[in-house]
Amino acid sequence: MSQPDHPSATGVGSSANGFEITVDGVRVPVRPGQTIAAVLLGTGRPATRLTRTQGRPRGLFCGIGTCFDCLVVCNDEPGVRSCLRPVAPGDVIRTGIVIETAAAPPMGTGTDHG
Amino acid sequence: MAERQVAVVGAGPAGLAAALAAADGGAEVTVVDLGALPGGQYLRQPAVAGLPPARHPAAAEALLDRTRDHPRITFLLGHQVWQATADPTPHLDNRGGPGLTLRLLGPVGPVTLHPSVLVLAPGGHDRVVPFPGWDLPGVVTAGAAQALAKGQGVLVGRRVLVAGTGPFLLTVAAGLAAAGAEVAGVAEASRISRWGRHLGAIAGVPGKIGEAFRYLGALRRRRIPIWSGEAVTMVEPYGDRLRATLRRVDAGWRPGPVTRTVAVDAVCVGHGFTPSVELAVALGCATHHDPADGSLVVDVDDNQASTVPGVFVAGEATGVGGADVARHEGTLAGLAVLHRLGRLDTAAYERAAGPLRRRIDRGRRFATALHRVYPVPDGWTHWLRADTVLCRCEEVTVGRTRSDIAAYGIDDLRALKLVTRIGMGRCQGRICGRAAACLLGQVSGRSQPLDTFANRHIVMPVPLGTVAEEGTTRDSS
Ligand SMILES: Cc1cc2nc3c(=O)[nH]c(=O)nc-3n(C[C@H](O)[C@H](O)[C@H](O)COP(=O)(O)OP(=O)(O)OC[C@H]3O[C@@H](n4cnc5c(N)ncnc54)[C@H](O)[C@@H]3O)c2cc1C
Ligand code: FES
Repeated sequence: MSQPDHPSATGVGSSANGFEITVDGVRVPVRPGQTIAAVLLGTGRPATRLTRTQGRPRGLFCGIGTCFDCLVVCNDEPGVRSCLRPVAPGDVIRTGIVIETAAAPPMGTGTDHG
Repeated sequence: MAERQVAVVGAGPAGLAAALAAADGGAEVTVVDLGALPGGQYLRQPAVAGLPPARHPAAAEALLDRTRDHPRITFLLGHQVWQATADPTPHLDNRGGPGLTLRLLGPVGPVTLHPSVLVLAPGGHDRVVPFPGWDLPGVVTAGAAQALAKGQGVLVGRRVLVAGTGPFLLTVAAGLAAAGAEVAGVAEASRISRWGRHLGAIAGVPGKIGEAFRYLGALRRRRIPIWSGEAVTMVEPYGDRLRATLRRVDAGWRPGPVTRTVAVDAVCVGHGFTPSVELAVALGCATHHDPADGSLVVDVDDNQASTVPGVFVAGEATGVGGADVARHEGTLAGLAVLHRLGRLDTAAYERAAGPLRRRIDRGRRFATALHRVYPVPDGWTHWLRADTVLCRCEEVTVGRTRSDIAAYGIDDLRALKLVTRIGMGRCQGRICGRAAACLLGQVSGRSQPLDTFANRHIVMPVPLGTVAEEGTTRDSS
């Protein structure tokens, strides 16, 4: 686990086979295999969305897909768990959005595919 | 005979061990995991190219190596099981199975599995008891910080505080420090001196003590303080950072005077783990409260068989016991599957099962001792404020919960859920359920069974269309 050249120390590391995605309108270099949450944290964005009733910021909490706090809009798909979804070329991510939480599970407006 | 006769949910130590034992014995196994790589939490592998591989003890690492290209193991990664059903009427379909159905959502759409035998090894997630500010961005679970560092090579923050209870905090603090974080300190709410009373259980698993000392040594070398008997009772925004308030707590976790405030970029909190039992409950498997830590766990016999025919359960879902117990239970479950499929005769099965059962027993005794040394007593409710969020998904506060309990005379969780919407959001009570049960128990004077929150037909939110749509059937029976 020891990583002296830790990517977060320099923001997101760049590499030959990396690519760019768009986060809130800004082009961000990423590496294949990174999750959206890791990219957001690496670029200094701990908050991912706003809550529905009080508009409070929320971010990654459980890190493994259980809590649904880390939701972002990815390519217009709302409710994507940023901790699970690996980045893909051309991804357009929007953060700081109010994402309707489901009243009952099947009413969910979207999900992610890990 | 079905080609893909065995399904395993979860590719952690328990699921991989079960898959390996079953596949080595000739069964065709499908392993499903929502993660992008096999390994689960403990055996998490780096997902980003260029990161050094995580190192694990040889026996655990061998699971990754031996399952990787196994000719009889198929992985369905990035696939979430969102529904599991067992047809309660025994019927003689061509699989001779109990009518098990798993519905999955994967990267290219829905998939349906009809295994003859199922091993559930879904692990668990961090338990965090609420405190003011636990919903702020930058407050994360200890496991989340660990998963990011291990799998993504990313720190949750440059300067971090690790707090809560349990030996996992030492693992996380040492891991984050090694990855380059400045660890401000580790706040351990329990008092480790309790270890003296559990020497018997420790003697059974000497390796575990060595592990703890290695982490302690690593923290000492880096001069990272461990504040014992102190808890994070509040986190507030502090410029663009966070400020955590630590208080001394007594043995029952009633908060006393403030001991220090710590300014950090992230607060990593863990109060043990919560087993994932939803799939088992949906299938109709009996559950009970684990006497060791009070969590809801699946009933299994000494073959890892649940009360539903054809459904075996291994790992954290049968009780929080750590990676070694998970691995041994997985192997036992895999062998029990072979026995059930008629691929292993009773004598051979029992010969192999004996030593595994003894290792599981030793590991469980140690785990029980851990739970005694690092309990989560109810005193934490005294550091809540009326405006503290209890249910994160539905933003239900502690004040609202307490006043609704009083106003409506609520004394069971089902009513609490309906009135307040606690546990009705996307996480479905996974994060807040136990805390809500504890609060209600205190106010109503009645202890609350945890299965209210675990019992749901659809175990993870999926788009409406997926519910209607039948997935590609992936078994070839
Ligand atoms: C975030 C986190 C980090 C941890 N890190 C460590 C660590 O570094 N060291 C340590 O000793 N212990 C760690 N633990 C404790 C650890 O969980 C156990 O010791 C061990 O991993 C248990 O093994 P398991 O096989 O039972 O479960 P896990 O390893 O948790 O594996 C369960 C797997 O099931 C999958 N799963 C669950 N539900 C579904 C579903 N519905 N559909 C599809 N897949 C599903 C999960 O994605 C997961 O990969 C961690 C726990 C957590 C929650
Ligand atoms: S952080 Fe909990 S679901 Fe992503």
